[in-house]
Amino acid sequence: MPFEIMSGSQAAAAAVQRTGVDLVVAYPITPQTAIVETLANYDAKGELGCDFVSVESEYAALACCYGAAAAGARVFTATASHGLAYMHEMIHWCSGARVPIVMANVNRTIGAPWCLDPDQGDSLSQRDTGWMQIYCSGAQEVFDITMQAFLLSEELLLPCMVVFDGFYISHTYEAVDVPEQDAGRNFIGPPSFKAQIRPGSPANMHGLTTGDNQIHLIRNRHDTMLRAPEVFQRINAKFKETFDRSYGIIDSVIPPGVKTVFLAAGATAETVRWSLPKLKEAGLIQLRMFRPFPCADLRSVLEAHDVEKVIVIDRNCSTGMGGIFAQELRSAVYDLKKPPAVQDIILAGGIDLTYEMLESILREAKTEEHVEQKWGVDLK
Amino acid sequence: MRIEEMNREPEMLYAGHNACPGCGAALAVRYLTKALGANLALVLTASCWSIITGMPPLTALKCPILHCPFPSAGSVGSGVRRGLNVKGMHDTTVVVLAGDGGTFDIGLQALSGAAQRNEDYIFVCYDNEAYMNTGMQTSSATPFGARTNTAPYPLFKEGQKKDIMRIMAAHSVPYAATATVAFPEDLENKLKKAQEIRGFRFIHILSPCPPGWGTESSDTIHLSRLAVSTGFFPLYEIINGVSWKMTCQPEGKRTPLKDYLSSQRRFKQMEDIRVDALQEEVDHDWEMLMERIAASKGCE
Repeated sequence: MPFEIMSGSQAAAAAVQRTGVDLVVAYPITPQTAIVETLANYDAKGELGCDFVSVESEYAALACCYGAAAAGARVFTATASHGLAYMHEMIHWCSGARVPIVMANVNRTIGAPWCLDPDQGDSLSQRDTGWMQIYCSGAQEVFDITMQAFLLSEELLLPCMVVFDGFYISHTYEAVDVPEQDAGRNFIGPPSFKAQIRPGSPANMHGLTTGDNQIHLIRNRHDTMLRAPEVFQRINAKFKETFDRSYGIIDSVIPPGVKTVFLAAGATAETVRWSLPKLKEAGLIQLRMFRPFPCADLRSVLEAHDVEKVIVIDRNCSTGMGGIFAQELRSAVYDLKKPPAVQDIILAGGIDLTYEMLESILREAKTEEHVEQKWGVDLK
Repeated sequence: MRIEEMNREPEMLYAGHNACPGCGAALAVRYLTKALGANLALVLTASCWSIITGMPPLTALKCPILHCPFPSAGSVGSGVRRGLNVKGMHDTTVVVLAGDGGTFDIGLQALSGAAQRNEDYIFVCYDNEAYMNTGMQTSSATPFGARTNTAPYPLFKEGQKKDIMRIMAAHSVPYAATATVAFPEDLENKLKKAQEIRGFRFIHILSPCPPGWGTESSDTIHLSRLAVSTGFFPLYEIINGVSWKMTCQPEGKRTPLKDYLSSQRRFKQMEDIRVDALQEEVDHDWEMLMERIAASKGCE
């Protein structure tokens, strides 16, 4: 299979092109724009093979995806930051309506003030909208996960957000193993889900209901999403058979005897991964699937390695509480027999994570008394 | 199309729907679905019609309905059209139905985007001139002088009703037309004509609202007719944004506007000076419309 040098954004676009979607809905926003531009370039060369429409806002983009998916079409759109926030109402609506949609979100800080750096607060603030969220740590992963996300979304009838860091991933060029278009399309196959809108057959889709009915719908959506890890693993096994690469819900690198591990999602996980050999005495849990939250996998890996301390890299901050990944982890593991101490390193505003920072975090973690929360800017 | 023929067309709106007695919007949709036939997909944004359809799995209409959030109607219509095209269902007529709030106010951006892209569907605005589903609050389609629950006595709606038809004309859409329920033949003719045209089509239907306007439910047709005969709501069509044509002009002199206003509670206690101001506005708009119609003769 040919390797191509491409950015994370181009990898997302290439995955969509290889997958064979029915409709791409485009609206620009930094740092996502390269995704829709790349798709437009495929279209200009006659290589996209589907409908492409530029709309007037992100809200319109997701609304258009909703209508098309309800008619049975496989759809893709991409956004970031303020664009994602602007979609918020439609984000809820699409999961409630149980339409499959794949959307890439490129992490960028939400203002005010304007800031382009890759804080994860945009996607994390959509935590409770009923979308699956998968965080990618490199261009190859963006490519592979985007492809798989269509199958996941269509099987569960839940929309899926493929998330990766602005600039660190979206604008960084890497060698990506890109299958031929036929191979991609053969792997995915045509959309298999049923259209909600079928002309000639009356149906009142998503009209007013009561709380008594709604609770069943919400429960069904919740129970369905809890099946995502199992379905993801099955799709991933098929993907490995075809393309010889695979991904876990979480991926952990914990050398024997190591009791302190970092937990990170997206580009920061990759920084930790590359620092591990030099850091020594530290492990990594890469959090890939964030919704549904992989409670069972995290608990079992932490117990299996008897982990004493988890240092969570949170490139986000829920004002008034702290880093979101740390909160989620704490609530997932608090009742373990020996729950690990959780330390939250907040890199809000999307500030960079360096090897030196990791070294200092680890040194302090081992020599100082446990501190629950530290700000990246305070690290010595 | 004669009313006798219309009556023979199959009913798409079932009995037992949730509209109030005398609802102009229910009547408008009854006529429009009769005109367009069964191969129809309806996108429905938040409005009285969200309630009129009934509670799923029940439905008041004999066609698929896709409900959508308030600002999204124009965009969801684009998606449904494109999705159906992907599935080879080019012959299905897609109708987006919105109230005046979902068209003039919160839905305007999506409407403008879809109109500019010339998306291939019919956008129908049933205009009852306020947020009626939430109980009569001011919208930008509320006429000058009317009282609403966000402009209660001694307040009144200030500023003119937004001219949505000129906004649509400025988008050069292939077809735009006004209609109202007292003239069902005119309404159906326009929908049938719209159905034959490809691209973006816009139908603006004045739909009297007895509880909101403070009128008897038996007066809906009478008021709808008065709105036309006074020139408050002329019936016309615009082809490609340039060719304006009157379709149903009552004979003789226009009826004085106060005949239309006096039986409606929303205009009660409206001072003469403001009635005169609204009459002047209507006269001015009428003259401008006649000028556009005269100027566009021969450019269809």
